[in-house]
Amino acid sequence: MPVRSLGMVEALLFVVLGLLALVGAVAVVISRNPIHSALGLLGTLLAVAVLYVVQLAHLVAAVQVVVYAGAVMTLFLFVIMLIGVDKEEVREETLPYQRWIVGGVSVAIVLFAAGLTLFGNFEWVPPATAMVPEATNGTIEAVAVPMFTDWVLAFEATALLLTIAAAGAIALAHYRQRET
Amino acid sequence: MDVGWYMALAAALFFIGAIGLLVRRNALVMFMCIELMLNAVNLTLISAGRALNDINGQVAVFFILVVAAAEVVVGLAIIVAIFRVRASASVDELSELRG
Repeated sequence: MPVRSLGMVEALLFVVLGLLALVGAVAVVISRNPIHSALGLLGTLLAVAVLYVVQLAHLVAAVQVVVYAGAVMTLFLFVIMLIGVDKEEVREETLPYQRWIVGGVSVAIVLFAAGLTLFGNFEWVPPATAMVPEATNGTIEAVAVPMFTDWVLAFEATALLLTIAAAGAIALAHYRQRET
Repeated sequence: MDVGWYMALAAALFFIGAIGLLVRRNALVMFMCIELMLNAVNLTLISAGRALNDINGQVAVFFILVVAAAEVVVGLAIIVAIFRVRASASVDELSELRG
């Protein structure tokens, strides 16, 4: 099936899902209630997952929904419930002028990056030549072959990392403040 | 469709996440903003992988997903441990390590 003929559909999906993702992202930042932040993040994650499907990354999209929107967000909601949702964020400043300083620095960084992007003379991505959608059609097999051949060492390292993370989380959960 | 649009969306998501990370004090919401930024990076990897016709972008996203999951597990455990001692999730009150 010629994928390039779906350009109109892709543009429509991009506009709708991009707006959804942006709305969710803004909701994460401006919500007072952490539960609402979590719901906004969930909307962003699902919208981005559909954008993965649009770009033929099927397996990554499925993993995004299962792992991120499923497991990670459940963990987030669990911890929010554990800590308590009714605690208002403290608004008073403990460091004077910290918002103004950080705001100025971040505006400077963004302006610098924008200037670099607009006026810098370099190309990160060479222009896409003839599109062969088969090569990036992210089926399980297409993703698994490089993962278990070229990147098998990184795969084993992530296994080790997950083991360490689980052990660390259990150790933290059993932590007790020493009696003095 | 041009890959630049996806890059622009990812940049906007990353920027919103970064703003949230700087502005919010609640450690949980800061964590969510970090997840937002990681997702923006994943979107750039998928889009660049498609533009370059390279499947390795999707493989990289997998590794980022694993690292993010491990980060969430350890980070939330730390938040819960801090909350147990301090009864607060605000990062501004955590100043024991000051010199």
